[in-house]
Amino acid sequence: MALLSVDELTVTFGARGRESKAVDGVSFDVDQGQVVGLVGESGCGKSVTSLALMGLLPDKGVKLGGRADFDGNNLLTMSRRELRDMRGSQMAMIFQDPLSSLNPVVPIGIQVTEILQRHRGLKGEAARKEAAHLLDRVGIPDPARRLKEYPHQLSGGMRQRALIAMAVACAPRLLIADEPTTALDVTIQAQILELLKELVDEEGTALLMITHDLGVVAGLCDQVNVLYAGKVVESADRHELFAHPMHPYAHGLLESIPRLDAPRGEPLKPIRGSINDRIAWAEGCAFAPRCDYYTMECLTGTPALTEPAAAGHQVRCVNPVREPVEIATLDAGDATVTAHGGKNA
Amino acid sequence: MTAYLIRRLFAALMLLFVVSAVTFAIFFLVPRLGGQSIDELAVQYVGKDANPESVAAVKKNLGLDQPLIVQYADFIKAIFVGAEYKFGPDASTCDAPCFGYSFKTHVEVWPEITQRIPITLSLAVGAAVLWVVSGVTIGVISALNRGTFVDRLAMTVALLGVSLPIFFTGLLGLALFTSQWPIWESVDYIPITEDPGEWFWNLIIPWCSLAFLYSALYARLTRAGMLETMGEDYIRTARAKGLRESKVVTKHGLRAALTPIVTIFGMDFGLLVGGAIITEQVFSLQGMGAYAVQAVKDSDLPIVMGVTLVAAFFIVFCNLIVDLLYAAIDPRVRYS
Repeated sequence: MALLSVDELTVTFGARGRESKAVDGVSFDVDQGQVVGLVGESGCGKSVTSLALMGLLPDKGVKLGGRADFDGNNLLTMSRRELRDMRGSQMAMIFQDPLSSLNPVVPIGIQVTEILQRHRGLKGEAARKEAAHLLDRVGIPDPARRLKEYPHQLSGGMRQRALIAMAVACAPRLLIADEPTTALDVTIQAQILELLKELVDEEGTALLMITHDLGVVAGLCDQVNVLYAGKVVESADRHELFAHPMHPYAHGLLESIPRLDAPRGEPLKPIRGSINDRIAWAEGCAFAPRCDYYTMECLTGTPALTEPAAAGHQVRCVNPVREPVEIATLDAGDATVTAHGGKNA
Repeated sequence: MTAYLIRRLFAALMLLFVVSAVTFAIFFLVPRLGGQSIDELAVQYVGKDANPESVAAVKKNLGLDQPLIVQYADFIKAIFVGAEYKFGPDASTCDAPCFGYSFKTHVEVWPEITQRIPITLSLAVGAAVLWVVSGVTIGVISALNRGTFVDRLAMTVALLGVSLPIFFTGLLGLALFTSQWPIWESVDYIPITEDPGEWFWNLIIPWCSLAFLYSALYARLTRAGMLETMGEDYIRTARAKGLRESKVVTKHGLRAALTPIVTIFGMDFGLLVGGAIITEQVFSLQGMGAYAVQAVKDSDLPIVMGVTLVAAFFIVFCNLIVDLLYAAIDPRVRYS
């Protein structure tokens, strides 16, 4: 049984009558030691999904539906106290912007030790020692000095490392990373991803990676879920997804990656429109207005997740794309994914 | 850090000099420009039954016949090293810090001020403790219950507190608790050195009246600050660590909302120690404020100068403390 099993999760915001569904029936599993990606553009519901799992959404004006079983217990029906005990110890989260996610007026040391005190009962010198050890573990040099410093005295990469140190302080079984590299520059991004990979490999932590960056997915994720407008539109194993993206959205995402080996002057291939281009009725595919392949059928019924080609490769589309994308070699870390271009396939 | 401290101290000292110069100019130069003769000034000191000889003697003894710049220099010198005044046959020494003698009562100004500082300080400290604790607490509760009945009630009371002048709430308090329900017989100042219990008991009404006015402001300030900080990303991080909500609110939310509160507090408190004029009048407390008001009424220039300078000193001093506290409150403020 999977460590985390999300089943038909829905998150609805707003009062009755003016409700909007940010997450609409999302299901996925995360196993011990597995890295699962939630991919999609801004507003597709990926961050809301993670906050709902952590119990970090406000009580007021939010309705949760479905199940999210963590180790057999449904996170969505847990009491606030139970969730609080889980947070930081069983499951932890790394956020997008390391600067704003750290309290600017509290020394790093205290921000690390407070979680050690909360969940592991460490105090005083013992907590300080462990905190220094944690900073060292995530690759922050001179940890004893850094503990006394404030977030603004650290570089962006170090801040994210400090946040990761806090997240792994109590050896959580599930780590949720919400776009952990978005606010960092490229070289630091690679280092942070490397660190996350190392933690997963060494500790067997399950990692739920939330990102819009397909490079991150290629380098890190075992299983990928592509989200669009609150729904999973495609779910496959990494190699399968990059080789045969079948949903027009996933296909478009991969096709829009600029290629270094493309002929000069060749235009980029963006997905047209924005996520706000929706059909005005509830039934039908939310992506239809932006889709190059849509038919009348797309506008009438909500397509179900099917497995049109390979087992384990689910697609929510009535006209799945059959032709592979010709993309460049995505190289990140030691995981190299080569998508098969049309010519040599 | 040391260099910063020295720099700030020097700046504070310069500021006090400027204040003294401006005050001196206002009370000695401006009347002169307005046509007041030196004789008229001397007459103020001598009193109504002045004769030409005594006026001339006073002019000479107080140095009123000297150029203004010399008078100012003498004034400053007296503060640091004291001065000697000759009145007819007898001379009197005025020890440093010497602010001269009252025009009216011919009593030395500085001892009078030192007598009154404890009264104003008692009033200010007690009220400050009360208003900071209550104001911040109400502000936090309001912010956490934003938009609810509790929040609206608190903010309405806060609006009342800001709007109602102290001579209304103070007198109301006196009327209610000394005559309607006579819990107190009267409000008198008893020095803390004499009887701490009585000191405390007698100051309760003045403290509450004054604190009501200020706590309202602090409640609004805290509420606004808390609404901002509680929406920050690091609050989410703190919650994601599984910290208890009380810890999240105090250690992360309030901690970060503290800077503007401390800033305003430094100014308010300094200002108040310089003289809580209306409060002292309402409760007949003979503090700095009451002293200053009387002096202004009497055009008693040495007292006005003295009180102004001492008040300025407290304001500058409190702001200096706040500046130094910044390092602890907001580490992003660097000493450079």
